[in-house]
Amino acid sequence: MPDVVLETSGLSRHFGGVVALDNVDFLLRARELRCLIGPNGAGKSTFFNCLTGLIRPSEGHIFMRGDETTGWPVHRIASLGVGIKTQVPSVMDGLTVHENIWLAASRHHRHSDDAERRTDEIIARLSLGPMSHQFLAHLAHGERQLVELGLVMTGDPWLVLLDEPAAGMSPEDMVRIGEILREINETAAMIIVEHDMKFVRSIASRITVFHQGRVLLEDEMERVMSDPTVRDIYLGRTA
Amino acid sequence: MTAVAVPVTLVLPQVIDSYTLTVLAIYAMLALSLGLVWGYGGILCFGQAAFFGLGAYGYAIGALNVGESTIALIAAVAATAAIAAVLGAMMFYGRLGDVYLAIITLVVTLILYRFMSSTAGDAYVLGKARLGGFNGIPGFPTLHVPGNPSAYIWGDALYYVCAASLVLVLALVTLLLRSGFGRVAVGIRENETRMGLLGYDVRARKTLLFTIGAAVAALAGALYANWGEIVTPRLFGLTQSAEIIIWCIVGGFGTRLGPILGAASMGYLKFLLGQQSLVDNTLVMGLILILVVLFLPRGLVPALEGLWIAAWQRMPARQMQRRRRNLA
Ligand SMILES: Nc1ncnc2c1ncn2[C@@H]1O[C@H](COP(=O)(O)OP(=O)(O)OP(=O)(O)O)[C@@H](O)[C@H]1O
Ligand SMILES: [Mg+2]
Repeated sequence: MPDVVLETSGLSRHFGGVVALDNVDFLLRARELRCLIGPNGAGKSTFFNCLTGLIRPSEGHIFMRGDETTGWPVHRIASLGVGIKTQVPSVMDGLTVHENIWLAASRHHRHSDDAERRTDEIIARLSLGPMSHQFLAHLAHGERQLVELGLVMTGDPWLVLLDEPAAGMSPEDMVRIGEILREINETAAMIIVEHDMKFVRSIASRITVFHQGRVLLEDEMERVMSDPTVRDIYLGRTA
Repeated sequence: MTAVAVPVTLVLPQVIDSYTLTVLAIYAMLALSLGLVWGYGGILCFGQAAFFGLGAYGYAIGALNVGESTIALIAAVAATAAIAAVLGAMMFYGRLGDVYLAIITLVVTLILYRFMSSTAGDAYVLGKARLGGFNGIPGFPTLHVPGNPSAYIWGDALYYVCAASLVLVLALVTLLLRSGFGRVAVGIRENETRMGLLGYDVRARKTLLFTIGAAVAALAGALYANWGEIVTPRLFGLTQSAEIIIWCIVGGFGTRLGPILGAASMGYLKFLLGQQSLVDNTLVMGLILILVVLFLPRGLVPALEGLWIAAWQRMPARQMQRRRRNLA
């Protein structure tokens, strides 16, 4: 199957006695957009962090475009062409928007002119021009999320992993983020961990539901939403 | 910045004797090495004195064995850099947290202090050099014109060599910080995880920066050996380790000028206080440190920069931007 970009088999992770991730088989095809949902503590971030190399799985294997990447350090996985945003926003607070994006661009462009051009391109694409010389620490939450998305897309990744990209965003910001994600998805496969069901509904095609460290269900949007078990475990949550 | 450095270097000997100035230039270089590693790289090294001491000892041992200064100087810097590379790789590839790194670097320094102090016996001889325990190593050949071992460089000439080395190191550090490597190092200081997620090998880059910092400290150490004409375990002492950090905090981390001016001014003050017995100099140093931390938490140079920028507040925004970047 040449068009599989990501595959895991029997992926597990324990934290002491806690089984955070339990024997997960997962498959993602080129240019697919997949949302991971599930209640708090379901193991979404643990699964996500195993993929990115931020934590090592206790058991199982991960393959990306045919390479086994299990246990690789995060910079090696990123260098394959994987764009990553973790659940906790992670930007260079003491640097400006331009400097942040430049650092992402410089990883992929040896010549500083090329890096500079790419930086300007991304800043223009995200309409961040007016604040390009402001420090990240001085920006609003939504703008910082946007810059982080810029960091993720600068390297033209073929696989994009996003843990809660819409968390804490205003409705307008969410619309904007949704548009950008669709744009990125034109060239990259994507996994998005998300709680906000409205947001998921606005972007999703296929959905994987995590529950207690396992994959409970994997199906199209509408079928997942009407599944009684999914409704049960989400009861009481803001939908 | 170099344009200012050169005239200052030439004028200073008219005001302060060159023997004192020499050691101030050396201290400034040592502080700059920590300023690079800690201030720009975010590596909390509490043991910069270890590399200073190793550079000094390396020079003394090398000079006694080859009977000549050029090779000894180069070998001292290279050997220290190699040791730092190994130590750095162990710490950074071992994913040590900031606090543990600080502790380990300090412990390494204290171990070197203990070890060098206990090398009085006949067993501790490296070639023609006796390590000499607490009394250290005296009587090694000092700096001379390369290729001419009888043309010693001392007095005013040694000052000019040290000052020129400082200016050269400052210029190289400036170039390094403007390069891609330097900008990435600052990115790592700001957010290590993020830089890893962007595909940068944080461990390798930190190891390299740590090694470069150690090499600069070692050069300062080798020059110090020439100034003092003796090396002793005190170079690895707790006082020396703490002083480097105090210089940088007073002058201001995150700038190049801060550590240099911090080291030179605190070093000179210590020298002045050493000439009287009315007040204890550690007390005064401590007091200055506390006052700076309380009232100028970013240090003297950033505070002065702030004033300078405030004075230019009315400038058009674009000109300001350029000015700020030049200052950084
Ligand atoms: N570093 C850790 N040490 C110990 N336990 C952990 C650790 N990380 C996660 N866990 C546990 O593993 C389980 C799965 O956590 P995970 O963060 O993957 O859930 P999640 O689905 O991302 O939840 P959320 O929606 O709140 O982000 C939880 O029970 C959590 O307490
Ligand atoms: Mg999570």
